Amino acid sequence: MTVLECKNVSIRYKTGDLKSIGLKDYVIGKLTGKYKVTEFWADKNISFSLEKGDMLGIVGTNGAGKSTLLKAVTGIMIPTEGEVVARGKIAALLELASGFDPDLTVRENTYLRGALLGYTKKFIDEKYNEIIAFAELQDFQDYMFKQLSSGMKSRLAFSIACLVEPDIIILDEVLSVGDEGFKDKSAHRIKSILARGVTGVLVSHSVQQVRDLCNKCLWLDHGKQIAFGPAYVVCNAYSAYLFSDKNPDYLPKNEEELYEASNRFRVAWRLGVKEKAAKLNPPNETETKRIKRLLGIVDNMTPEERKVIQDEIDKR
Amino acid sequence: MLNKVKRYQFLFTELVKRDFKKKYKGTVLGVIWSLLAPLLNVLVLALVFTTVFKRGQEHFIIYIFSGTLVMSFYTECTQGCMRSLMQNASIFTKINVPKYLFMMSKTIQAFINFSLTFILFIVFCLIDGISFGPHMLTLLYPVFWLLVFNFGVGMILAAMFVFFRDVEYLYSVFLTLLNYVSAIFYPISIIPEKFQWLFKLNPVYDYIYYIRTVVIDGVIPSLETHLLCAGFALVFLAIGCIVYKKCNHEFLYYV
Repeated sequence: MTVLECKNVSIRYKTGDLKSIGLKDYVIGKLTGKYKVTEFWADKNISFSLEKGDMLGIVGTNGAGKSTLLKAVTGIMIPTEGEVVARGKIAALLELASGFDPDLTVRENTYLRGALLGYTKKFIDEKYNEIIAFAELQDFQDYMFKQLSSGMKSRLAFSIACLVEPDIIILDEVLSVGDEGFKDKSAHRIKSILARGVTGVLVSHSVQQVRDLCNKCLWLDHGKQIAFGPAYVVCNAYSAYLFSDKNPDYLPKNEEELYEASNRFRVAWRLGVKEKAAKLNPPNETETKRIKRLLGIVDNMTPEERKVIQDEIDKR
Repeated sequence: MLNKVKRYQFLFTELVKRDFKKKYKGTVLGVIWSLLAPLLNVLVLALVFTTVFKRGQEHFIIYIFSGTLVMSFYTECTQGCMRSLMQNASIFTKINVPKYLFMMSKTIQAFINFSLTFILFIVFCLIDGISFGPHMLTLLYPVFWLLVFNFGVGMILAAMFVFFRDVEYLYSVFLTLLNYVSAIFYPISIIPEKFQWLFKLNPVYDYIYYIRTVVIDGVIPSLETHLLCAGFALVFLAIGCIVYKKCNHEFLYYV
């Protein structure tokens, strides 16, 4: 059953109007006919659908339109074109630490945030101690929110948001919160939520995280949908693109190119593994440099050489 | 609808609590300011107009107080609503909540303040020897419509403020003007009779006029005043709702 579906979603921002120029310039611009609104499509024709239990990773460089797309999925924004169909209760964990009130105490903020997320008073009364304990803020309950460290703020936000038992969960860069100990705890909490069979969407700058947690992946670039498919394929192609210093030539244009790009990366990876096993890898070489070098080797291979390695991978 | 109300009831009370707490955060006297500020305000006006301008009529303090009572509720509420969307931008750009709740919460917070001032007003009436009777209950009528009116105006302003920030400055000039044309500290008899009807077009004056008629004159105002009070409130509420509905999904792009 399809739980979440985006159909040709496009979101347009307007720039150059009132917001940036003020009333006076607006009126003058209107009168002289120089007034112009420039449009900017944060997302253009994004389509994907998720079945129950699917976990979607969204990858892309900064400004690709990932967060904007999430806003459309959660209903905060209405898409300019297209539609989002969601079946079930959505819980969104977006940019957690913002939206708290600096002048209220931790306790007051907990209740306020809970209310904003749609919990009932009874529910928060019951869970309050659990929230504070999970956030490790027992000694700070009556501190003003602005007195907390940024790590503490994010921990509190995460703890409140994770109480939900949603059908669809939206995670925007939330797994990089707090110190190492808390990161483990939060990753564990997320995994246990996911284990209940919820459908999820995760935005992350860590490709590794997407590989670990997701089975599907959507790749956006400057608002355009580059690829949607199995997580490992898209992640491979995306990694290859990143290691090519974001050379636009490495953006796959169709499914065939996507799989080709993914294969190229896998072959390079395989070469790296072999190199390491044979202790042939140059010492003091950074990971980035190494993969770049390996990708270079792959590009210079003959199709026959490449076939050999590919078969090796397929056998494993 | 009922489900919705129930769903957001807790959020609404939390928002009102927050706005109320924040208002007096860091003050020594806290909520006492809700009583003290209007009290001092009235005393200053009364002092200025009775001693400096040598103006004195019967129940002059009550006359001024009824004016400032309405005016300060109107000012606080509309200005609060106007800024509420911007102030809460960091919330509604991250969490899917109905934005009108922020304006409602400001309205209720201003109304609580108004109620406290109103109690003070009643005390002043008692001291000043105003006769109390069942007719005083009709005061609920203008108060209710004033509340509705303020909310309506507040919604319009909030939407305008999101789109043009200049509104804040324009509006504060407008409020100064309104303060002078609402006959708060002068009787309208100082204006030539043929222009006096213009005052009726000022909703704020209509609410003040209603309260004065009941409290000072001890009679219930004419049907016309009743209709004006309700009419202005409903018109502005309707415009406010239309504007809100139209712009609801646009706010996000401008904050």
